[in-house]
Amino acid sequence: MEISLTLNGSPVSLTINPGDRLLDTLRYQLALTGTKEGCGEGECGACTVYLDGLPVNSCLIPTYQVRGHRVETVESLDPGALEPFERCGATQCGACTPGVVMTAWWIRQHPELLGTHSIRELMAGNLCRCTGYDGIVDSVAEALRGTGGKRET
Amino acid sequence: MKRREALAKLTGRERYVDDLPLEGFLWGMTVRSPAPRGRVTAIRFGKDVDWSQFVVVDHRDIPGPNVVALIEQDQPVLAAGYVRHVHEPVLLLAHASREAVRRAVRSVEVAVAPESPALDFRVPPAPDQIQYGSDNVIKHLKIEKGEVERALAGAPVVVSGTYETGAQEHVYLETQGMIAYLEGDVLVVKGSMQCPYYVLKALQHALAREEPLVRVIQTPTGGGFGGKEEFPSHIALHAALLALKGGRPVKLIYDRGEDMAATTKRHPALVRHRTGLTRDGRLVAQDIEVVIDGGAYVTLSPVVLSRAIIHAAGPYACDHVRITGRAMFTNAVPFGAFRGFGAPQSQFAGERHMDVIAGTLGIDPVELRRVNLLRDGQTTATGQVVRDGTDRLAVMERALELSRYREKQREHAAFNATHATLRRGSGLATFYHGAGFTGGGEVALKSRLRVAGSPDGGVEVLSANIEMGQGTLTVFTELAAARLGLAPEDVTIAEADTGRVPNSGPTVASRTTMIVGGLVERAADDLRRRVGLDDSARGAAVKRAIGQWHREHPGEPLFGEAAYEAPPGITWDDKTYRGDAYGAFAWAAYVAEVEVDLRTCSTRVIDFVAVQEVGKVLNPTLATGQVQGGVVQGIGWALMEECKWRDGAMANNQLTNYLIPTSDDVPSVRVAFLENPYPHGAGGAKGLGELPIDGPAPAILNAVARATGVDPRAIPLTPERLMELLD
Repeated sequence: MEISLTLNGSPVSLTINPGDRLLDTLRYQLALTGTKEGCGEGECGACTVYLDGLPVNSCLIPTYQVRGHRVETVESLDPGALEPFERCGATQCGACTPGVVMTAWWIRQHPELLGTHSIRELMAGNLCRCTGYDGIVDSVAEALRGTGGKRET
Repeated sequence: MKRREALAKLTGRERYVDDLPLEGFLWGMTVRSPAPRGRVTAIRFGKDVDWSQFVVVDHRDIPGPNVVALIEQDQPVLAAGYVRHVHEPVLLLAHASREAVRRAVRSVEVAVAPESPALDFRVPPAPDQIQYGSDNVIKHLKIEKGEVERALAGAPVVVSGTYETGAQEHVYLETQGMIAYLEGDVLVVKGSMQCPYYVLKALQHALAREEPLVRVIQTPTGGGFGGKEEFPSHIALHAALLALKGGRPVKLIYDRGEDMAATTKRHPALVRHRTGLTRDGRLVAQDIEVVIDGGAYVTLSPVVLSRAIIHAAGPYACDHVRITGRAMFTNAVPFGAFRGFGAPQSQFAGERHMDVIAGTLGIDPVELRRVNLLRDGQTTATGQVVRDGTDRLAVMERALELSRYREKQREHAAFNATHATLRRGSGLATFYHGAGFTGGGEVALKSRLRVAGSPDGGVEVLSANIEMGQGTLTVFTELAAARLGLAPEDVTIAEADTGRVPNSGPTVASRTTMIVGGLVERAADDLRRRVGLDDSARGAAVKRAIGQWHREHPGEPLFGEAAYEAPPGITWDDKTYRGDAYGAFAWAAYVAEVEVDLRTCSTRVIDFVAVQEVGKVLNPTLATGQVQGGVVQGIGWALMEECKWRDGAMANNQLTNYLIPTSDDVPSVRVAFLENPYPHGAGGAKGLGELPIDGPAPAILNAVARATGVDPRAIPLTPERLMELLD
């Protein structure tokens, strides 16, 4: 079937099968391989993309469901703004990283969430096996402050 | 220096094996055994599939010996009429549609006439379960120092204990996968791996194909932790067999469920201690028995057992030590390399046992360790004289200070007296980890490495050691740049392609920085000499000389080379297990503070301090990240990661019910390094990668014992297990 959506700011039309997962459409049909598969069941967050501005696990979203909607992937982010993540050790093996960055970026866009949740709570949907999370949590705190500063846990 | 490839990873531009463009390829999949043991009586192909559209490979398609070459030649590439574990590969299928090949796998029935499986490594096998030698023992090892029985008989106090550790799944975030294709006559296999030359050796053996007709290339690897040491050889062979038979490129990527069910895990272990002491806590004799579950083939179990027993006595001085080890054959999916490689299991037991001893003698666990920690000039269990100048007491003291261990004890007493349902406590573990291959292993590896000079004056490091998140690319860049006085931008690291890079050994055993990094330094020196400079030349002079050499030798390759040489004074006897087990040990003291909720029986680590002496720290951000990641992996192993077994298969092979720590499950891990440069390590560094997983589990269980008064002896200490103990 034919569907249309807005992908990373541009209109896209494509032919899909009803059972296709958004993750596979992005990776194998549109060659947007920045979005990773970690578990395929919505536990690890490696495949996080924005659907109408909200972070979702793209392994759980049928592509059919996003017709007419807005999808943004890691490829849409401004690399220049990722410096704190580079400096604070947010990435090691990198397999969870695009998902981590997508969630972190969303927190940065919604700093009001930190009134009710810690960074550790907000990042808990993104599993990382390498960093022990300190590097990620520190990076998010730095990105929020925009400057060097104290550790946030 | 920042991590070299960080920005590529952060932006999603880094291309892992499943991200690489590949034209006209087929998806490969594996049909596996449904039973733990038995004869394959039939393979039935469902009538709902048009099999003419599929590439189908079985053991008869293997050109060479049906063996995945490793220590022993006992593990088939594909089962030939007999299976020894659930999920053993039997058949391979490939098709252009991933969905079609998934349906086809479900449509094949492997019929097995079941035989009695050995499924519990802790109990002697029944006669009809014996499948290896006369007793299912894959490997026996023994360390003996002094006269243990006599010393135990004369000891004023003897304390015994039995400890158990469970299997652990690696959960690298990138699942295992390979692609294979023919480039003319050359078979190229690319994928996620730690040891390109292990994969090459396995391909050469089973495919009866020599270099240069086979070539292995590592792709950026999304975590390994040992899980991509030996196992990738299997997937590489499977992808290669399908590509050779199908005549088209094949991509074989495991999904998480298959990865967790069919690949290796940390060896489960059972450790018994019988310890003789003076009444004031001085060690008189240690009698230790280590038993590990090897699973259904030998794989790396003998070497895991070796590291387990060498570390079992802990970083303590004791004149009379006997450590016996056994690796058992069972019909479990084979266990394999996992960060720490046996040492976490034996040191969990040893460090938990130290607190049990302290409790029995009524002395402070800190004091017990202070009395017994190795001083320079004393010997380890293998008789290795420790003389590195590290103050092991200072390492412990720093951990106690940073964690406010003594003040916390008073605070915990007050807290526990006033809370009805919460209990807090702190626990300590002091431990060590030997870096590099054991004994003569590094000499046997004969590692070689090159640093090439480019016409523009820059240099390229050619090594088989790979990046999997631990920082090889960055550290090698720093080492080469520092040695030659170049900017990091002047250094490139070659892709780990066996067609181009020499065999600098596997990326395992905390050896990459310390040992292979040393080859980077020496190959850089050699390059400098080859362009006519002495060792003092640096920076612009080096670049100029390299450029000049190329102008004078147009089209010729320029490289410096280094081969491993053992540090002087190292001796090891593999028969008696006496001597210098490792060139260097890293030393550590970790303190965990926990809060136990008596209503839910859940344990939360609320503070963690990790202090270690690892020689010179080359890159503080990377080193700190390695420790923090190792500690959190250790917290998972200690408290939540449990493999549930059903008839030899992992029943919870998904991240929904095999739980690893999230950011919200763990505290910030506070890391400190004491530095005592190791003269034979690159830049003064010792190995670091595995050390941090040895300490968390015993520190945490010691803390739970302190907090609650129970005496846990097994991990993972899940709420269910703790509930039984608290009742």
